[in-house]
Amino acid sequence: MTTNATTPQKPVSGPHTLGKVRPHQTQNEALLFEISSPGKCAYKLPPLDVPAVDAAALLGESHRKTPGELPELSEIEIIRHFTRLSTWNYAIDLGMYPLGSCTMKYNPRVNELVARIEGLAEAHPYRPDSLAQGALEIIDLLQRCLLEITGMDAITLQPAAGAHGEFTGILLVRAWHESKGNARRKILIPDSAHGTNPATAAICGYTVENLKSNADGGIDLEALERQVDEETAALMLTNPSTIGVFESQIHKIADILHAKGALLYMDGANMNALVGKVRPGDFGVDVMHLNLHKTFSTPHGGGGPGSGPVACKTFLEPFLPTPVLVQSDNGTKHWNYDRPQSIGRVRAFYGNVGMFIRALAYILANGPDGLRQTTEDAVLNANYIRKQLEDVYELPYQTASMHEVVFSDKRQAAKGVKTGDIAKRLIDYGFHPYTVSFPMIVHGALMIEPTESESLEELDLFIEAMRAIAKEVEETPELVKSAPHSTRVSRLDEVQAARKPILRWRKSGPAQS
Amino acid sequence: MRYLPKSPAERKRMLADIGAASIDDLFAVIPSEYRLDRDLNVPRQMAESEIIDYFRAAGQKNATDYASFLGAGAYRHYRPVIIDSLVQRGEFLTSYTPYQAEITQGTLQAIFEFQTMIAELTGMDVANASMYDGSTGAAEAVRMAMRITGRSQAVVAATVHPEYREVMATYNQHEALFSTLVGYDAETGRIDLAALEGAVSQETAAVLVQSPNFFGIVEDIPAIAAIAHAKGALLIVSIAEAVSLGVVRPPVEADIVSMEAQSFGVALSYGGPFCGVIAAKEKYVRQMPGRLVGQTVDSNGYRGFVLTLSTREQHIRREKATSNICTNQALVALMATIFLAVYGKEGIRELAEHNLAKAEYAAKTLSAQTGAKLLFNGAPRFNEFVLQSQESPAIWSQRLMDEKIVGGIELSRWYPELGNATLWCATEMITREQIDTAAKVMSAAPVEA
Repeated sequence: MTTNATTPQKPVSGPHTLGKVRPHQTQNEALLFEISSPGKCAYKLPPLDVPAVDAAALLGESHRKTPGELPELSEIEIIRHFTRLSTWNYAIDLGMYPLGSCTMKYNPRVNELVARIEGLAEAHPYRPDSLAQGALEIIDLLQRCLLEITGMDAITLQPAAGAHGEFTGILLVRAWHESKGNARRKILIPDSAHGTNPATAAICGYTVENLKSNADGGIDLEALERQVDEETAALMLTNPSTIGVFESQIHKIADILHAKGALLYMDGANMNALVGKVRPGDFGVDVMHLNLHKTFSTPHGGGGPGSGPVACKTFLEPFLPTPVLVQSDNGTKHWNYDRPQSIGRVRAFYGNVGMFIRALAYILANGPDGLRQTTEDAVLNANYIRKQLEDVYELPYQTASMHEVVFSDKRQAAKGVKTGDIAKRLIDYGFHPYTVSFPMIVHGALMIEPTESESLEELDLFIEAMRAIAKEVEETPELVKSAPHSTRVSRLDEVQAARKPILRWRKSGPAQS
Repeated sequence: MRYLPKSPAERKRMLADIGAASIDDLFAVIPSEYRLDRDLNVPRQMAESEIIDYFRAAGQKNATDYASFLGAGAYRHYRPVIIDSLVQRGEFLTSYTPYQAEITQGTLQAIFEFQTMIAELTGMDVANASMYDGSTGAAEAVRMAMRITGRSQAVVAATVHPEYREVMATYNQHEALFSTLVGYDAETGRIDLAALEGAVSQETAAVLVQSPNFFGIVEDIPAIAAIAHAKGALLIVSIAEAVSLGVVRPPVEADIVSMEAQSFGVALSYGGPFCGVIAAKEKYVRQMPGRLVGQTVDSNGYRGFVLTLSTREQHIRREKATSNICTNQALVALMATIFLAVYGKEGIRELAEHNLAKAEYAAKTLSAQTGAKLLFNGAPRFNEFVLQSQESPAIWSQRLMDEKIVGGIELSRWYPELGNATLWCATEMITREQIDTAAKVMSAAPVEA
């Protein structure tokens, strides 16, 4: 007799299967410092081939007398330590990771291999351009691909992440306005925007003016018309919006802004819905950033590194950060630092080059047909989930979804169960939670972005889990409210963490105040 | 497409379930005049083997077999093999920011260990989970000092990495923050203390120095701190060469330390991704930018870790946040954590001492040639030194390149007053033979025609 591994079954004894998971052991592991013993080591330096020096004599007062309390361990212990820690993590490699707005797609392994090719991984940023032609060619090809994908005219790859790209883009906006004699005062930001948007506008010296969304969760054209004035520098727009909806009036939005001399900035966080199907440069965007760690498959790595290229129209090109890549008549490439109108540098060197290599490998693996199919599958997956769940979860906006779908917990909240509880219960079913309570225009939001990387089987398991949880909310709400029940640690006390912060280990034990 | 897990039949079935006639129905919301009805003009889909061939060829064009004396903010140190073995575990590599603590304890505990190691090495109380790099970290540290002191002027040493200073200028240009540059002592290469004393006032939010500074010279941190603190200003110390902390006294008098941790096991990668980090005195923690991991307990009393004090951050505070930073350099911070676990308490000292020895030998050997002079010999240095040559660097550096050696970087682009000066770096990766060869090639004056 064969059984389906995913079918709930009741064995004679032992752990039960819930959805696609069954508990297994994870190992306990203390902090590195707690398992350290003096005299152990995991390194061996080659013999010194130059005369040894007396560090205390050379450095004098600047000589370090007391070493830092670093752990002392053997190699096998370090391997086990981090391998054990790794088993406490959920990851895309383990299953669906439907964090809305984060685009948790498959991270191809060939990307990791090519980023470690010796000539690329060991290239010093200050080596002469003549010895860096390989790296410069990669940067050049990636730039051209991203310009084609976005429909823009000029680009910088220097920003290290999405928020850093926003910062760079808004500085371009500001520099352009300044070149016209008035930097202007305010940036308009829809109430559905990511928190990085207002934070960015503020550090660029702008006042943030909130733009209320319309009944469809999109830009309210009348409100926009009222609020855009001669002091408006730009609108920061996420398209598709954070509720996964394409701004179908996008050309009118651009027209309203441009009529008052304001610019349209696009947050490219949701570019995974557009690649190969429509280009921001074609629908009136003046400047935008991309997230290579979202749309272009570079790994999130537990929070970074990212890469946030900024693409713009020709009139903003003179303001791009220094240096910019240029090509000589003989075909060789080099960095040009002579950029009198530049906003300056936003980062040392040229950006997160290792991420450029990975992103280009992804583009080459896809080609034009693969990139388009990827976008189509991402949108297909989100709409499939929407269709299969809209009878059990409230859909606050009926507008067509692109790559993500946003529900609210309205029906479940009536039973005292919130989006955060449902999210935690999903963990017991073997999934990472969706994005909780964002965007803020949806009360109790469940923001689900499956990406193209999920098979129909995985999607069906997710849907099954979400439906099962909705049923649990009706029948046993306490089970959901106290979830997760299957993890190494249960819900953690965040209040205590913030009230008496313990941010490091100390030899004497945590300081008690 | 090999990354897409769907059969044509499944796509059809899903469309039917949704009630769409074709995939284009799902894109109907996009105004037709904007829809792209052609293929993107990007290279055709490639096989995995072709992709590897493309990047291998690019790597070869980059030239791999050169000995390099380049440092200046990016350092070549040996990277233990287990770093890449461990960071390529999918559970680390393909995990998101650990907002869901119950299923990201691995990442969270590793960050807690990183924060501890950075605090231990820098002599600070706390460290954050990482910044983009040393340059943005320094810029954000200055902004942090402005928030703490309520003052709006920065005094910056001219020997802070020039690109860090450029980034700082970009960051602070719209914050009504004024900065004054303080020069260096021509004999020692250290910050000019008298000029510093003259520049610091009751309006100064922070003094920013780098140590070892851009010339590789270790600054007199206690003296600088005394000058800053006398006027109520904070001291920020930027550290670009993190391995120095194995043997150089940590800047315990600083209020904030901004460090580039690339030296801890992170590949050069033509300049990134690297790993900035900000450390500080405990009392300033609520003004720190970036993520912080804290220890707590779960409902059963087990120890666990969470992202904490997030009311400082953009996703909560929006335009009132301490910074707009969201994504950081987590996986690179993990590399640094593994590197520091491998070397440990003793190894980091031994490694730093090897750097000290190599640089000392290189400085002596290279400055012994005719016409060459070691600048700033009057102060301690770590693994970098400044050499002044009679001959223009453009001439001898070409001779070195012909012998497959990349010599020191010319300083005239940033410090024209230093003339034919070049900045050299000798880490543990440089061999005596390479140093001797470089000295021989440099001193071989071209035959006059």
